[in-house]
Amino acid sequence: MAKTYKVAFKLNGKDVAAEVEPRELLIYTLREKLAHTGSHIGCETTHCGACTVDVDGMSVKACTVLTVQCDGSQLLTVEGLEQGGVLHALQQAFHEEHGLQCGYCTPGMLTRAYRLLQENPNPTEHDIRYGISGNLCRCTGYQNIVKAVQSAARKLAATAAKAA
Amino acid sequence: MIPAGFDYHAPRTLADAIKLLGDLGPDARLLAGGHSLLPMMKLRFAEPAHLVDLGKIPELRGIAQVGNEIHIGAMTTEHDLLRSALLAEKVPLLVEGTSWIADPQVRYKGTIGGDISHGDPGNDHPALMLALDASFALKGPRGERVVKADGYFLGLYSTLLEPGEILTQIRIPLPAAGTGWSYQKLKRKTGDFATAATAVLLQMKGNSVAKVGIGLTNLAPTALKARAAEDYLVGKAIDERALTEAARLAMSICDPMQDQRGDAAYKTAMCGEMTRRALAAAHARASKS
Amino acid sequence: MGDLSDIKEREEKLQGMGTSLLRKEDAKFIRGQGAYIDDIKLPGMLFGAIVRSPYAHARIKSINKSKALATPGVVAVLVADDLKPVNLHWMPTVGGDVQAVLADKKVHFQLQEVAMVLASDRYAAYDGAAAVEVDYEELPAIIDPKKSLAKDAVIIREDIADKKEVGHGPRTHPNHIFTWEAGDKAAADAAFSGAAVTVREEILNPRVHPCPLETCGCVASFNKATGNLTLYVTSQVPHLLRTVLAMLSGIAESKIRVVGGDIGGGFGNKVPIYPGYVVATVASIVTGVPIKWIESRIDNISTTGFARDYHCVGELAADKDGRIKGLRFTAIADHGAFNSHVSASKLPAGLFSICTGSYAIPNAYCRVDAVYTNKAPGGVAYRCSLRVTEAVYLIERMMDVLAHKMGVDKAEIRRRNFVQPEQFPYTTAFGWTLDSGAYHTALEKVLKAVDYDGLRREQAAKRADPSSPTLMGIGIATFTEIVGAGPTKVCDILGIGLFDSCEIRVHPTGGVIARLGTMSQGQGHATTYAQIIATELGLPASDIVVEEGDTDKSPYGAGTWGSRSTPVSGAATAQAARKIKEKAKKIAAHLLEVAEGDLEWEIDRFKVKGNPSQAKTMKEICMVAHTGNLPAGMEQGLNAVTYYDPPNLTFPFGAYLCVVDIDKFTGEVKVRRFYALDDCGTRINPMIIEGQIHGGLTEAFAVAMGQQLPFDENGNHLGNSLLDYFLPTAMETPHWETDHTVTPCPHHPIGAKGVAESPHVGGIPCFSNAVIDAFAHLGISHMDMPHSAYRVWQQCNALGVNKR
Repeated sequence: MAKTYKVAFKLNGKDVAAEVEPRELLIYTLREKLAHTGSHIGCETTHCGACTVDVDGMSVKACTVLTVQCDGSQLLTVEGLEQGGVLHALQQAFHEEHGLQCGYCTPGMLTRAYRLLQENPNPTEHDIRYGISGNLCRCTGYQNIVKAVQSAARKLAATAAKAA
Repeated sequence: MIPAGFDYHAPRTLADAIKLLGDLGPDARLLAGGHSLLPMMKLRFAEPAHLVDLGKIPELRGIAQVGNEIHIGAMTTEHDLLRSALLAEKVPLLVEGTSWIADPQVRYKGTIGGDISHGDPGNDHPALMLALDASFALKGPRGERVVKADGYFLGLYSTLLEPGEILTQIRIPLPAAGTGWSYQKLKRKTGDFATAATAVLLQMKGNSVAKVGIGLTNLAPTALKARAAEDYLVGKAIDERALTEAARLAMSICDPMQDQRGDAAYKTAMCGEMTRRALAAAHARASKS
Repeated sequence: MGDLSDIKEREEKLQGMGTSLLRKEDAKFIRGQGAYIDDIKLPGMLFGAIVRSPYAHARIKSINKSKALATPGVVAVLVADDLKPVNLHWMPTVGGDVQAVLADKKVHFQLQEVAMVLASDRYAAYDGAAAVEVDYEELPAIIDPKKSLAKDAVIIREDIADKKEVGHGPRTHPNHIFTWEAGDKAAADAAFSGAAVTVREEILNPRVHPCPLETCGCVASFNKATGNLTLYVTSQVPHLLRTVLAMLSGIAESKIRVVGGDIGGGFGNKVPIYPGYVVATVASIVTGVPIKWIESRIDNISTTGFARDYHCVGELAADKDGRIKGLRFTAIADHGAFNSHVSASKLPAGLFSICTGSYAIPNAYCRVDAVYTNKAPGGVAYRCSLRVTEAVYLIERMMDVLAHKMGVDKAEIRRRNFVQPEQFPYTTAFGWTLDSGAYHTALEKVLKAVDYDGLRREQAAKRADPSSPTLMGIGIATFTEIVGAGPTKVCDILGIGLFDSCEIRVHPTGGVIARLGTMSQGQGHATTYAQIIATELGLPASDIVVEEGDTDKSPYGAGTWGSRSTPVSGAATAQAARKIKEKAKKIAAHLLEVAEGDLEWEIDRFKVKGNPSQAKTMKEICMVAHTGNLPAGMEQGLNAVTYYDPPNLTFPFGAYLCVVDIDKFTGEVKVRRFYALDDCGTRINPMIIEGQIHGGLTEAFAVAMGQQLPFDENGNHLGNSLLDYFLPTAMETPHWETDHTVTPCPHHPIGAKGVAESPHVGGIPCFSNAVIDAFAHLGISHMDMPHSAYRVWQQCNALGVNKR
């Protein structure tokens, strides 16, 4: 059998570990070994973004990252967006603005939009379109996704202002 | 879409990486951002026996001004380049060019060194480096050498980088204050390689060109330095006649491959168009004093 | 009269038809809890990887499995010979042909399925697949369908070379599949011979792919002890798939369960039955363990479910005022290597004969010749009913061609030819009865909204200015769609009529479960069907659960494609609800001790006429229906099943307008504005409708501007990954403006017509018309799609407009 490595990282705040061959791609480890099937596989050539997850504060396409590269990393997937039974503002906004149809791109879109808003809390429409241009959607035509991200940004800003 | 098996190595220092590369020999490949190599491995177009990951070597990352140069660690990501205040101020051409590369996720992982080392004429940094007159630090078992970008790109996937060597640093001479810049890239969609692209760095003295660097992307088996166009422009005003002639000279060195983006005639014409636009845009940004 | 505010409040509580109820589906998807095919993991499951042909046309001389079998983790390698004992190496197609499940002696297209490697996981399966050694002898390939019927053409299908027919009438050549015609050729010819004006244009609808974000796949699980087969599968048609599996395998249909689950987009790609499903099923039957097969994206684009590839010629004859007197449309249809084209039995060219569009054209004839080539088999309806995009593209393009020739404005040529409001229901020259329409109203509303005259003035000024760096084009499409297949008298597949079904069960406390034969792939069925029931039964949509896609649970139906869910199943839903309401009314009359005729319905209750305080709410009736306090002889329960056979198809329509600015020097086309007015009859959920229109327009944009599956002359794919195949990102996708009129369908229980495909069908010609209009003043009347920068630049260059 091929040589395997034990890789450990934090997944949505929890310590996890997996035994993997070096060639194992992060998306398969998440989906098949760690039962996190929210992130999807759409193209395998690093174009569609359905597999987008957050690794150490970066949006990455998990189909083009080796699991062994993630030893010691902090990962966030769509499953980690909801906190204490409360949906993240982006999840709520995608629902309210009809920002999803078949739902297949949605986890990747949400995790990407999450990082985008972390870096740019008040994006313009162009910023959003540019910022999600690594995520393909075949259903929505993006218009309502843009609206959803804008709406979430406003709500997060309002919440932050209240807290301040 | 599953890579063939290989072994994985993640050295923590550059010295270790160089040693590993020497020990493993030609069956080893360097893993930078992985966004060119891993897709090729998934398609089994590449089946290296060993991957040496440069991602855990802190000394290969970072952007700093050193004297009259900007030094960029080879493992600095595109995303880091885009967010660098230093680059935005001193080398905006690099920031603009980087903003056209691939898509956000790829830019978080993709590195400037990987982009340059791969020797793919579709990559954007080689032409930017040619326009910026950059140099590259290459380290191998026999020590370090510094080579100019001009002359570094030998052919399709072929560069001056020797087996066992690692591109460690990119060194960019600081453009003079008031230098104009532009990267004009025609592509079919986000994430695509250029149909044609031109990088221009332009220094004016009054109404005439004092110094100009022009690099061309995806218009030949390697990135091209449009030397004849550069030579022609020096001392000229940037007017319609000069744009036309510079575009013609840039087009004359193109040797693009036909693909779904277009045939050679189209790509060559687009080289002319991008060159014109980049010169005009750089001119608009250049200080004329 | 009830208190108006009270009525309003009760109505709002239902969230029935006409409200933008947020989707019930979203809760799981926004949490990453969807259950798509690749999320399914069964104990002991093996993974199947397919070995594919590198050649488009070749003989298989030998297959050596030994290295593959020696690969760690590999359990078995299946080739055609292994399927022969169960007679499943070939499968019949719905088109009357047969298709190789695994290549038998010969491969007929590049990446055809040759073997399946079964292994403990997908890594091992792919290693095994890479180790299978196949020795081929390459043969010359035919890629251009116009060359298929040449006298000396190589015979693609040697297995049926001598067959006189494959499903649809006599064949004239070994590479010929069928010839289908409609209309009155003599009458059409006569209209042309005396016409003041005639136009003719060759128009291509290139080979494209629907490319849903999720590829196709399945998990087949056969239980040797019980003899039960369960197939989890990406299918838009679970019931039809189950029937075909029963026919193929000999397993009783009652012992087969097909489960659709959540589907990551379909757009027609997930209608057919693919070899991967069949091999996985056979492998599970043989091994007794579950088998998963998941397609890669490259395999998806290359082998399953292409669309179009119609090589058309359009001809119109008109009088001196531009009123069309005759239409002749023909097409050579490239069906690839097997006729696994998805069509109703009597409609081998689908609904192509909708090609008279929104226009009153007295004489019409059309003909389609289908041929084999060495390309992937099939032909699916990519976000349309079969061959409707091709038909609508042709007529909407030809209207512009006619206008161009006559020097008549492109809006005006349409006005002069529209079917008039008073002509509905209008029977076309091909025999379709257009149910309802208000074409003038729609067009005028759009022209006003965009200031059409102002746009034309701006365009004239740009054309007069040689220094303008851009060419401006204005495209119009005033399309009529045909959806909702369909009446069983015209539409069947394998003899099964294309009716659809709904079963509704109402529980004592007013909760409702509705089960349908359709299969959502993102259209929001769980929400819209619930809204229909909410309005019909006066029970809140929030308490109505909709289930689809599991053949063990839902009544038989033909699935979701061709915008048939609302026209057919939406009607079935309304009618099932009405059956329940009728029974509820009897119960209400019994409880209120009045005659049924004395009752009237108000939102959520039956009231006694003239005595509004006397009423029974639906919720109260739900409980009573489960007690003994019922009218004499009435059974308990409040359930109903309806099988709805529509009396006619429905004919949604719309008026679209697009403004483009073309960079003369690069050929890039920028969509400045796109205004889409749709009329889909009664609107159930405006939010969902708008979402469907955004999506359909975006897919239309992709087709018109960049999608095409390119091949070299040997049949090698030249662009079959997402690097080349154009799926627009948020950066390329234009902003969409939407509008609507409402012209209800007269024969549908709630007046709805279907909407999801209109923007695709109407959008494509609108984009093309805009691009071509930009060149109209330079004498150009047609350019083929896709309007990539490269192709548009070639036009600019040929005309010399890119000279400085």
